[in-house]
Amino acid sequence: MKSVNLAGSLTNVMSATGHDMKFPKFSAPTLLLLPAIVVLAAVIVLPLLFSLYSSFTPFRLTKPESIWVFIGFRNYVSVLTNIEFWTAFGRTVLLLTVALNAEMFLGLGLAMLVNKATHGQRLLRTLMMFPMMFSPVLVGFQFKFLFNDNIGFVNNALQSLGLTTNAIPWLIDGNLALFSIIVAEVWSSTAVFAILILAGLLAMPQEPVEAARVDGCTPWQTFRYVTWPYLMPFAFIAMTIRSLDVARAYDIVKIMTDGGPAKRTELLWTLVGRTAYSDARMGLANAMAYISILLSILFTVYFFRKLAAARQQIGAEW
Amino acid sequence: MAPVTLKKLVKSYGNVDVVHGIDLEVKDREFIALVGPSGCGKSTTLRMIAGLEDISGGIIEIGGKPVNDLPPRARNISMVFQSYALYPHMTVRENMGFSLKIGKVAQSEIDTRVNEAAAILDLEKYMDRRPSQLSGGQRQRVAMGRAIVRKPDVFLFDEPLSNLDAKLRTQVRTEIKRLHAKVQSTMIYVTHDQVEAMTLSDRIVIMRDGHIEQVGTPEEVFRRPATRFVAGFIGSPPMNLNEATVADGKLVFAGGQSLPLPIEFRNKVAAGDKLIFGLRPDDIYPTGHGLNSGEATDVHEMELPVAITEPLGNETLLFVTMAQREWVSRMLNPRPMGAGEMVRFSFDLSQAHLFSPETGKTLRG
Repeated sequence: MKSVNLAGSLTNVMSATGHDMKFPKFSAPTLLLLPAIVVLAAVIVLPLLFSLYSSFTPFRLTKPESIWVFIGFRNYVSVLTNIEFWTAFGRTVLLLTVALNAEMFLGLGLAMLVNKATHGQRLLRTLMMFPMMFSPVLVGFQFKFLFNDNIGFVNNALQSLGLTTNAIPWLIDGNLALFSIIVAEVWSSTAVFAILILAGLLAMPQEPVEAARVDGCTPWQTFRYVTWPYLMPFAFIAMTIRSLDVARAYDIVKIMTDGGPAKRTELLWTLVGRTAYSDARMGLANAMAYISILLSILFTVYFFRKLAAARQQIGAEW
Repeated sequence: MAPVTLKKLVKSYGNVDVVHGIDLEVKDREFIALVGPSGCGKSTTLRMIAGLEDISGGIIEIGGKPVNDLPPRARNISMVFQSYALYPHMTVRENMGFSLKIGKVAQSEIDTRVNEAAAILDLEKYMDRRPSQLSGGQRQRVAMGRAIVRKPDVFLFDEPLSNLDAKLRTQVRTEIKRLHAKVQSTMIYVTHDQVEAMTLSDRIVIMRDGHIEQVGTPEEVFRRPATRFVAGFIGSPPMNLNEATVADGKLVFAGGQSLPLPIEFRNKVAAGDKLIFGLRPDDIYPTGHGLNSGEATDVHEMELPVAITEPLGNETLLFVTMAQREWVSRMLNPRPMGAGEMVRFSFDLSQAHLFSPETGKTLRG
């Protein structure tokens, strides 16, 4: 209240003196919001408008004057008719689907195990979050080393165990390379699901579970009909966060395969990055980026719908 | 429909015993209340019967068969929880039919039984709502409906009325009583409220610190409490309990005031014995305002000052100071009375109780 009054009196002062000095008259709310508006405009709105504009030009970093050439939707047309873009798009969706599902199942399992722990649960929770503490770039390097076909740990282990005699070309074969990237993604981010689902488990009332046991449910049925519906909103929150994360996947891929071999692991954002900086075709890259953002928005909307439905299902009061 | 037998039942958490080898026989179709203060082991006992807690020692039999190693689902029991424990994502209908669906009962049969239970509990209007759209009393009725449809051998209630407000509590209490009359099953009911225990049950089990203090009908535990604890726990307001010493056929209290030794106990105590004297507020009354004024056989009268009065309409509670202690008296057909007034009180000693101060047991024998 006090600050509003202050602002109110400030406007009074301003309008009193401003009449002579021709200051514009702002209402108190506008005046209070002004700093935020100015910062947001400078940091977000202007760059956004600029990038949007540049997606309608053949702007190349090497030819600054090309920013002034307006070519309409030509960039968008060439992106949308470009098979390379659509392959990367499809591959990103594939990565998203496989990685998120794997992370959810593993995270769920992990959360349920940690929830069962009677001693040292706090320590386990902390340990569980370790992968999240590493920089994705380092995770990329680590897995690049693990999956190296000559000196990598994975092949070494497989051969020592006698499971295979050949060196498996993890990062060289197109399909295996995507698989390896998924493994790295899952390793580094399963904790997001585990933590959120564990939060759900800890918040869950125990009586319905006990009621289900008395009602004749086997442990599996108890999970299926009582525990899981309760955890669903938490899983969807994790899905939303992670879908945004994976849809902009760049760092791990850049380090592990750099989109290779032969563009078999090219994802949307590695493609955008390559177009923008290696090819220096900023205008085209921005057009791609705007289309890619649609993908993220689509997934977010989808998961938020699911989340709302799941929350309503369990009558959640949050 | 089955008797439930507990034999030397023990529950311990680590080194701490919370239930110390209790024995109890619940007859077929009997309504038994387990009552006691919090931490007395009553809920733990119930949860062991349900199979939700492991049994540390002893045997539980349902219908004559030991069930120690059976999971809850194999015991054919129903349980009503304090917090209702409804499935939040299911409608009332689905909640009530859930156990049958899991048990692979035919849908037509499920519908019949659910509708039947809904009719008993007056829930027909709410069948398609979710628990979050119901009031506390309605939720508790749904929880009872969910228990009924299974037609279990034994109903278990874990403080089902604690979360309801006072008015609703009396209503649902009556409904539980009606339910027992209708479904004719064995029911075991845990509560810390002695009024619920008294009004509902055929027999009451009073527990304290993991032991059973007394098992008996409401009448028995009220009239003939086996221990000082039962005497103080059952009845409202609680029984007046005060230390006294026997001398010259009298009970001498702190400060020198005395009452004659009740006739019933004359041969059971000796001079010099220390004991606990108990008398219910109903049995201390301003002369002429008692329950059995005309026919009492062992009455002692005494003039005492009234310290505080609590009028309740049909009766007034009087707080009287005697022997440096406050005694509660219940005046029926009350007349207006002010603090400080000297009043002639009748002590109906035929209703008195004497307990050993060491063991807490009654001296009635």
